[in-house]
Amino acid sequence: MASNHVKYRIGKSTFFKGLTILLACACVVPLIFILIYILQAGLTKINWHFLTNLPKPVGETGGGIANALLGSMIIILVASVIAIPFGILCGIYLSENKKSKLAYWSRLCVDILQGVPSIVIGIVAYFWLVKPMGGFSALSGSAALAIMMLPIIIRSTEETLKLLPDSLREAGFALGLPFHRVVLKVIVPCGISGILSGVMLSVARIAGETAPLLFTAFGNPYLSFNLLKPMQSLPLLIFNYATSPYNDWHDLAWGASCILLIWVLALNIFTKLMTRKWKVQL
Amino acid sequence: MKTLKSLAIVALTVAIAGSMMVTGCGGSGSTSKTDSTSNNDNAMIGAGSTFDNPLFSKMFSEYNKLNGLKVNYQSIGSGGGIQQLTSKTVDFGASDAPLNGKQDSALSAPAIHIPVTAGAVVITYNLPDVKDTLMLTPDVLSKIYLGEIKKWNDPKIQAINKNTKLPATDIVVAHRSDGSGTTNIFTTYLTKVSKDWESKVGKGSSVNWPVGLGGKGNEGVAGSVKQTPGGIGYVELAYAIQNNMAYAKMQNKAGNFITPSIASVTAAANIDIPADAKVSLTNTEAADGYPISGLSWVLIYKEQKYNDRTADKVTKMLKLIQWMVHDGQQYSAPLNYAPLSPKAISVADAQLKTVTYDGKPVLQ
Amino acid sequence: MESSVDTNLATRPNDNLGRVVSLKPEGTVSTTKRIKRSFRQIRAEKVFRRTLIIVALVMVALVLGIMLTLVYESTLSIKSSGIGYLWGKTWDPVRDIFGAYPFILGTLLTSFLALFISIPFSFAVAVFLGEYYPEGWFSNLLKNTVELIAAVPSVIYGFWALAVLVPIVRSFESKIGVEPVGLGIFSSALILAVMIIPYAASLGRSMIHMVPSNLKEAAYSLGATRWEVIRAVIFPYTKSGLFAGVLLSLGRALGETMAVTMVIGNTSLIPKSIFAPGNTMASVIANEFTEADHPVYLSALIELGLVLFLVTVVINMIGKKMVSRFTNE
Repeated sequence: MASNHVKYRIGKSTFFKGLTILLACACVVPLIFILIYILQAGLTKINWHFLTNLPKPVGETGGGIANALLGSMIIILVASVIAIPFGILCGIYLSENKKSKLAYWSRLCVDILQGVPSIVIGIVAYFWLVKPMGGFSALSGSAALAIMMLPIIIRSTEETLKLLPDSLREAGFALGLPFHRVVLKVIVPCGISGILSGVMLSVARIAGETAPLLFTAFGNPYLSFNLLKPMQSLPLLIFNYATSPYNDWHDLAWGASCILLIWVLALNIFTKLMTRKWKVQL
Repeated sequence: MKTLKSLAIVALTVAIAGSMMVTGCGGSGSTSKTDSTSNNDNAMIGAGSTFDNPLFSKMFSEYNKLNGLKVNYQSIGSGGGIQQLTSKTVDFGASDAPLNGKQDSALSAPAIHIPVTAGAVVITYNLPDVKDTLMLTPDVLSKIYLGEIKKWNDPKIQAINKNTKLPATDIVVAHRSDGSGTTNIFTTYLTKVSKDWESKVGKGSSVNWPVGLGGKGNEGVAGSVKQTPGGIGYVELAYAIQNNMAYAKMQNKAGNFITPSIASVTAAANIDIPADAKVSLTNTEAADGYPISGLSWVLIYKEQKYNDRTADKVTKMLKLIQWMVHDGQQYSAPLNYAPLSPKAISVADAQLKTVTYDGKPVLQ
Repeated sequence: MESSVDTNLATRPNDNLGRVVSLKPEGTVSTTKRIKRSFRQIRAEKVFRRTLIIVALVMVALVLGIMLTLVYESTLSIKSSGIGYLWGKTWDPVRDIFGAYPFILGTLLTSFLALFISIPFSFAVAVFLGEYYPEGWFSNLLKNTVELIAAVPSVIYGFWALAVLVPIVRSFESKIGVEPVGLGIFSSALILAVMIIPYAASLGRSMIHMVPSNLKEAAYSLGATRWEVIRAVIFPYTKSGLFAGVLLSLGRALGETMAVTMVIGNTSLIPKSIFAPGNTMASVIANEFTEADHPVYLSALIELGLVLFLVTVVINMIGKKMVSRFTNE
């Protein structure tokens, strides 16, 4: 009887292990199909010329996406500069003050923000920044994207830090470290893996967003480095070209989607290497 | 020390981010406003119709080679273009539908319509066993879209296509789900030809469809039609030509069945156009004109002195539009846009001459 | 993880502890220095605490600001449609009749269906990466691929779903005997389910990673099997994190636009079943915003954004109540 019961438990355990492995691998399947779909359509379009030239109008071959590539980088960089420190600080607050009223409300706000559709954030950014400034600008696009990055960064920071054993914190305090040093030098480095994966997720999330940029960064067929002027970005370019009737432009769109994916992947790997260099355990 | 440093770094990043936001907002009055609209005299900003985008990109790229003027046109939708013109964030708007009364009253100053190109909406279908080109009458088309004709072998369809064996499959109706000029032309047409449609649905960029599946964009509609045997939908002419889709011949007002083509659209536009150019090309009298066609307009303010715009910039913009209406038309046909008819061009010219700067006409 | 901290503290020579010990014999000058430094530290600490509070306040202000902006911009529609907007069943922009009910229903149906489908997968990924195989090239690959799911632009999901998923769903539908349309709530829930996997998975993985090993070891020493440890130790310990991940996923599902728009079929009619075409609030806004051609219409669309916003608030409130009853926190 007893051994049967043990067998049953072990069997159950093995069953769930198998199920977990199966399900975990299964959810990669659609992505692999999508990746193959994109790579097939896009990889052949990519060459040096494609990366360094400006787009050409329909009917002319050999256009590139240099403006969108640079524009996207600038817009995302600025968005990250705004969102990452803010997000991490807010996450720290939430994890350090679990029960305060303010924490309850700001946690609720974070969850709400995650559910606000990107186009609504675009609309709001339009009313807040574009209209008062009297014109479209890359900066307003970055601000809209930064708002979209926040919930993911904040939630992953908070949840990661919350799970660190209290003993870590207490050890820090016992050594006479002030609060900010305990947080910045002990707690945050310990949770850096979770925080970074939140940051990566959030960058990945906004890298492909079109809707919030439509009414803010606007787009630009030429190269531009001015944050207060319209700027092109990859998703806008993909959106415009993929929905046009012409095959030349579809090719550009596929190439650009491919670049976008490779770029996000590269960013992921780069972060990984950096953290390894800093000897942070991931 | 190290703590302070790291704290300082955090504070600095926050400060930078913050100050950027502040300069972004605060500096608005002085710097950016002038920047975006006037300072850089070699840049022009336009927004609007998605339909115009490919043609405009070609035109503006050619014009840039000629004159070095950098035109930044973004296809944010006709409605979006009109809104941006209203809030004066762009130099010109572009729309597939003329301004209506409500939009006109929202503008702070009168705007003019300059026709720049014309397009058509074609009816595409998926009947694998039907080899002949399908023919449709306005009555049948409106009944299909009202959900009154449900099968392909309905006697009403069969009566038009006497020599074709039509299958007994269900008709699966597809329409655009995103508000679009294409939908506007299509529903304007149906409103003109069917009393039922006018009273039940009406015309607009988005309407309350009685039947059917909505697809986003041309490719959304095309996708539903291609995949569903028995599907019917409407797409832009250029899209149908580029993607080798089957499309129906439509009966026009004169009673002829017309194959949609660039020539038949231009023909439909060769009618008397009113001085304000606000005219619908649907169901025109032209005997060899395709009935579901429409003009596309560039919209600008009649009085160009606003937001510190310089006279120089205004002249440049008007020259650009003039070029689009004349020399620019050579780029239409290769991209499957219908060139403007001679009558439309003369109206466009007359419209451009009414533009003033500080009360004085700009073009002579 | 803990060991890395230990080395951090030990190897840092100018750390407070080190200073205190080494300063002992040096006398008064250093003491004043030390006092100065601790004052500075105290000030820095105050500044830091205040910054945190300000940041949290700004967060609340941001969301309130978004809400107020939406309310302000939709006043026109609120005035003309009133509260009936919420259960009005017709959406007719031509006649200015705006009712959001079909879209609210569509949004809730797609989101919860998608969540329901995706949870087993995302938890499986979390457990796989957090517990079974935390290291190794394959796990690394899996982790990066799952995070990449979030990076694919949603319009590409839409295209793919339209080209590949919809025909599959259509043949499935004709097999089970519903009208084989393919486009509809079910298809969009499927593609949404794929898209939201990484949010719960990623957070769950870091959570599971952090369960103290002594807890797990205690359970093992009592003779628990792997599964029992996962179920009785890991899940309860990480409950709030897993739930936060689910809320993030849900939020993403509620707000997702492009991919859903491509495959949901976009009709303003009330969906009769999960296989019928429908529409979500976000997809209506995305579809119609750019071409909305008169102020009332525009403000009705913005009001839709506001309603979506409020629905998210309510769902999150309920979620929080649930989790607090659940965990007795």
